[in-house]
Amino acid sequence: MTKRDITLTLNGKTVSGQADPRMTLVDFLRVVLKATGTHVGCEHGVCGACTIVLNGEAIRSCLMLAVQVESQEVTTVEGLCEEDGSPGILQDAFRDGHGMQCGYCTPGMLTSVHALLQSNDDPSDEDILEAIGGNICRCTGYAQIIDSIKIGAERLREDKS
Amino acid sequence: MKAPAFDYHAAETVEDAVGQLAEAGDDGLILAGGQTLVPMLAMRLARPSVLIDINAVSELAGIEQLDDGIRIKTCTRQNVALNSQLIGESIPLLAKALPFIGHHQTRNRGTIGGSIAHGDPAAEIPLIAVALDASIKLQTKNDTRNLSAKDFYEGPMMTLRKDDECLTDVTFPIWQEEGKLGVGFQEVSQRHGDFAIVSVAAQMVLDGNNVCQRVAIAVGGAAGIPVRLEKVEANLTGSVINQETIGDALTNMADFLDPVEDQHGSAAYRRRVARVMTERAIWEAAA
Amino acid sequence: MSGAHDNPVAGSNYHYIARKRRVVEDKRFVTGNGNFVQDQDLPGTLHVAVLPSPHPRARIVLINAEAALALAGVAAVITGDEIAEHTLPLYHGLPLPECRWFPLAHEMTRYAGEWVAAVVAEDIYIAEDALDLIEVEYEATPAIVDPEEAMKPDAPLVHPGHGSNIIYDGDFEWGPVAEDFEAADHTLSFRARWGRSSTVPIETFGVLAKWDKGTETLNVWASIQMPNYPEQIAAALRMPLNGVKVNQDIDVGGSYGVKRGIKHTVLVGYISRKLGGAPVSLIEDRLVNLASGDAHGPDRIFYTDVAFDQGGVIKSLKIRAIDDCGAYPGRGPFQLGKPIAAIVGPYRINSVHYRPCSVATNKTGQVPVRGMGQGPTNYMIETAVDEVARHLKLDRFEVRRRNLIRSDEFPYLNPTGTKYDSGDYETVLGKVTELANYDDLVKRRDELRAEGKLAGIGIATCLEPSGGNNLFEFLFNPKAEISTYMEGCQVRIDSVGNIVGTMGTTTSGQGHETLVSTILGEELQRDPDDIRVIHADSLAGLPTRSPIASRMAVMLGGAAAGAAQKIKDQLFQIAAHNLNRPIDGLEYSEGTIFDRSDPARKLSWDELCNIAHRQFHKLPEGMEPGLQALHVMQVPLGGQMPDEKNRVQLYPCFSFQAHIPFVEIDPGTGKVTVLDYFIAHDCGTVINPDIVRGMIIGGVAQGIGAALYEKFDYGPDGQFLSGTFVDYVMPSVFEIPYVKDVEHCTPSPLTSHGQKGSGEGGYLGAPAAIASAVNDALEPRGLSIHELPMRMNDIEELLNGEKPE
Repeated sequence: MTKRDITLTLNGKTVSGQADPRMTLVDFLRVVLKATGTHVGCEHGVCGACTIVLNGEAIRSCLMLAVQVESQEVTTVEGLCEEDGSPGILQDAFRDGHGMQCGYCTPGMLTSVHALLQSNDDPSDEDILEAIGGNICRCTGYAQIIDSIKIGAERLREDKS
Repeated sequence: MKAPAFDYHAAETVEDAVGQLAEAGDDGLILAGGQTLVPMLAMRLARPSVLIDINAVSELAGIEQLDDGIRIKTCTRQNVALNSQLIGESIPLLAKALPFIGHHQTRNRGTIGGSIAHGDPAAEIPLIAVALDASIKLQTKNDTRNLSAKDFYEGPMMTLRKDDECLTDVTFPIWQEEGKLGVGFQEVSQRHGDFAIVSVAAQMVLDGNNVCQRVAIAVGGAAGIPVRLEKVEANLTGSVINQETIGDALTNMADFLDPVEDQHGSAAYRRRVARVMTERAIWEAAA
Repeated sequence: MSGAHDNPVAGSNYHYIARKRRVVEDKRFVTGNGNFVQDQDLPGTLHVAVLPSPHPRARIVLINAEAALALAGVAAVITGDEIAEHTLPLYHGLPLPECRWFPLAHEMTRYAGEWVAAVVAEDIYIAEDALDLIEVEYEATPAIVDPEEAMKPDAPLVHPGHGSNIIYDGDFEWGPVAEDFEAADHTLSFRARWGRSSTVPIETFGVLAKWDKGTETLNVWASIQMPNYPEQIAAALRMPLNGVKVNQDIDVGGSYGVKRGIKHTVLVGYISRKLGGAPVSLIEDRLVNLASGDAHGPDRIFYTDVAFDQGGVIKSLKIRAIDDCGAYPGRGPFQLGKPIAAIVGPYRINSVHYRPCSVATNKTGQVPVRGMGQGPTNYMIETAVDEVARHLKLDRFEVRRRNLIRSDEFPYLNPTGTKYDSGDYETVLGKVTELANYDDLVKRRDELRAEGKLAGIGIATCLEPSGGNNLFEFLFNPKAEISTYMEGCQVRIDSVGNIVGTMGTTTSGQGHETLVSTILGEELQRDPDDIRVIHADSLAGLPTRSPIASRMAVMLGGAAAGAAQKIKDQLFQIAAHNLNRPIDGLEYSEGTIFDRSDPARKLSWDELCNIAHRQFHKLPEGMEPGLQALHVMQVPLGGQMPDEKNRVQLYPCFSFQAHIPFVEIDPGTGKVTVLDYFIAHDCGTVINPDIVRGMIIGGVAQGIGAALYEKFDYGPDGQFLSGTFVDYVMPSVFEIPYVKDVEHCTPSPLTSHGQKGSGEGGYLGAPAAIASAVNDALEPRGLSIHELPMRMNDIEELLNGEKPE
């Protein structure tokens, strides 16, 4: 099988790499583009650890093929950072709320929340549940994740105003 | 869990897609949302020679208003359908079921047509299609045909779609009867967003005296395919809807079901729950 | 947010301990800069894929790997014969010479999914393609699946050479059981079943091994959380222990006990050396993880008799516990032993007869899961208490109050020889009752019942043994004469005054870097945010028993405090020598030491460090240069072996939690919804409140999973039915309510700052609490359920199923 050339916008920058058609997007991000922030949890679309933002929408990157993101815009957890790599507002909120423990589900959690807050800057409790309902966390029991989301939403609103 | 090797072609038009399918013989698969197909590839349960990606085929996405129905192109995302005012107004039963499907991440990619074509017995969209007698269009390189959803499913993940056919759209009819249209959708699953263990879809028109003018009820997860409860429908049509008539109509309902048995539910469980869910769906539609 | 967080230790005035502070590790996790094993990227890495056996029990007749070997990119195909020839069997906790266990099945496969062959290839895609090309011929034979059937003399044997499927059968009696039963007003009996589940982290186990020819060292990077990992690898690979270097600065993506991967590690270690030092990686995919990672948890049946008086005070327990440890026991059987520490729970029970039995079947193996058997045991104990209440028609809370050890009875010696260090159970129970607004809960329950729903309030009051101690091993195996249970911490102040703390093991989300830096900062009065904490590899090596047994706050915290004290002692000596004052005339403040009688005379932190590192002429006689200290702490109250009556101090510190869940059950579907969950927790001094709260609530969520959703199902023929996350169902945010918690603090007198462990308590009591709630909900129907998980099918069947004549 010949590898295909793939060029996409990753976290605002144009990047390229090669992949066999059978390579999933999450493997392409991690292994070819070396963006290892996104994690593999199940490879069958249940746990949500691999969630990234594609053209503004949260999707499971283990369920897409790398070849499918040609010319698309992908945002991963790394893309939520400041220019200098320090944590962005949402990420900092997760520190203040201690919205993680082992950190493995965290990137997928952050991108799911990021997608939510991009389209809804004042989410209700229901909206929050919907946003992270497809992300399994085994460590936290979710309470501190919810706290962190609320802190993040408020700070992002303040930042806008 | 890495997929076996396959060739990949991103189709640009419908012709392109069905042409590639024809070339592949019985070995090609259409890639729409991928939410079901990609895990199957990962588990090596599917081993196509070529994957024909239809996500870039603009003719295959969209929601159209017809005289007596809504035509949904196969590659319309489930989230787009969920947010569609047209569907909300004209096919409320589908609108009611869509939020139960997976999670926002899966609905952002998963498609209406993909779900219907795959035919998982626990899936919501095929259930609605059977409940409403949707019309499914299948296209090959040389031919098109339309099948009724009621006939389309033969068994779990087994449909009448031939290897060289691409499902291109599904048309959901809009009921024309006079009266108040109500819909009910009830689902039992382990967790929010999981595939249903048992699900029931009901659509009903009542006149001013609460008499049922028309009703359609379909049960999912209680057989290898979605099952229309035709006897129950016949029983309720023309009757006033109350506890007694519903109870009567649902007697022996279990006889029409042939559920699987697994660790998530015995056959007896599924039969009993199907009855409970059907009653709830009817009440929901009558409200 | 959470319930109230008091200043936990009355009279204490901590600067950093018990204050809300950011968790150090979180910064790298939120930016996607965690250092997980899958993130390692060594050039030339080869990848391993494993071939599973489809049969639960079969003889391996022949393996033909020719076609696989011929595939371009395949470096090797390994089978059980080769492994058995070149490695020693993997370690079981008990002496089981006839239960030989290798990374790959040897001659026989003993569970569906067991690894029969391993392909090593340039990339994982080729490796998996090669799996498709391996032909194996099996001779399948009937499997043994039910543990009680497996105990019968005519059952098929999992290990024929062992002569039976019984791996361990013990008999312990503490106190006058017969007399207590004789004298009791009442007795009752019940059977309780804890279904096979596990704490299944989102990151699977993975390991990368590289044999370094030059230094003859095996380098290992792994997602690991266990004691004696280097020891077991070295033993199996027949390498000297000081030739195995486990890099412990790998971030572990969750473990809760189960990241043990010994067979994976031995396999890749062997392959790397065989292939001349290529790095070899084995990352479990989820199918392998669930079916054959050998990381299942307890699978236990309890037959319990309870002797109690008219007022509901429990005098004695007789417990028969049968646990299905799967085909390769490993440390599984010890999950029957650890709970001896708290086998009477937090209650004043006088005597216990305990007969634990570990049985082999054709299933994948067990590893110590969060609490190492205390969860199932607490479930059984709380079932006993609720049954007593039901029998006497007394309130469950009141029965607990009558049985709970009182606050003036500490330290409390329980019948098995363990002293509970401190506690105030009644107050904690009161706190959760208040937090739950109990009377209001009762109203809500009754309202739901009036609507035709089933609703219930649960109660569980449970202990979390913490601090760790392995003496239950000796109780099960008199050859295991091991009484050392230690942890080391090294503190080093560098020449410019930076502090580095070193710990000797891995972390999987418990925030050890935060724990150590907080305690060092507190003791040395320096900002913890400037303190760096690193993980020594196993060769640089610090004594450790790893983060198991809810022990790190006690042991690593204590070791850090001890090391800090040594540093302070050294600083005082330098200051005394240079200020020419006796030590008791000096004062320490934030790293500066000054003369109490003339505070202007002082030495700053920087000056002290400079002297230590560079000005030997200013050091007191006999003092070594530099500023570093290692403290190795033995577990408090440890160091004694059991007496002739099998009594011994097991764990030293006992945390306590009281749980009140509120549930609703849909009578038509059997679905249980946890509407609310309240918990009061007492782990002594809280080092970091956010970490503790996270541990508690996270444990509760896993406990809810074990109670309502999670089970590894096997068919009657031994087929594994829970192969993916579609079948092994873990709770999402929709299934877990926002848990409300409140703290209480009874400090431990045994630890550096009064802290006890908090890593397990949520999990150890939640299943019991949920069962209590479900049974409360079923009570009006005269029904009860004593088997976990209580899935929809099970409850609905109970409510609506055909009743046997």
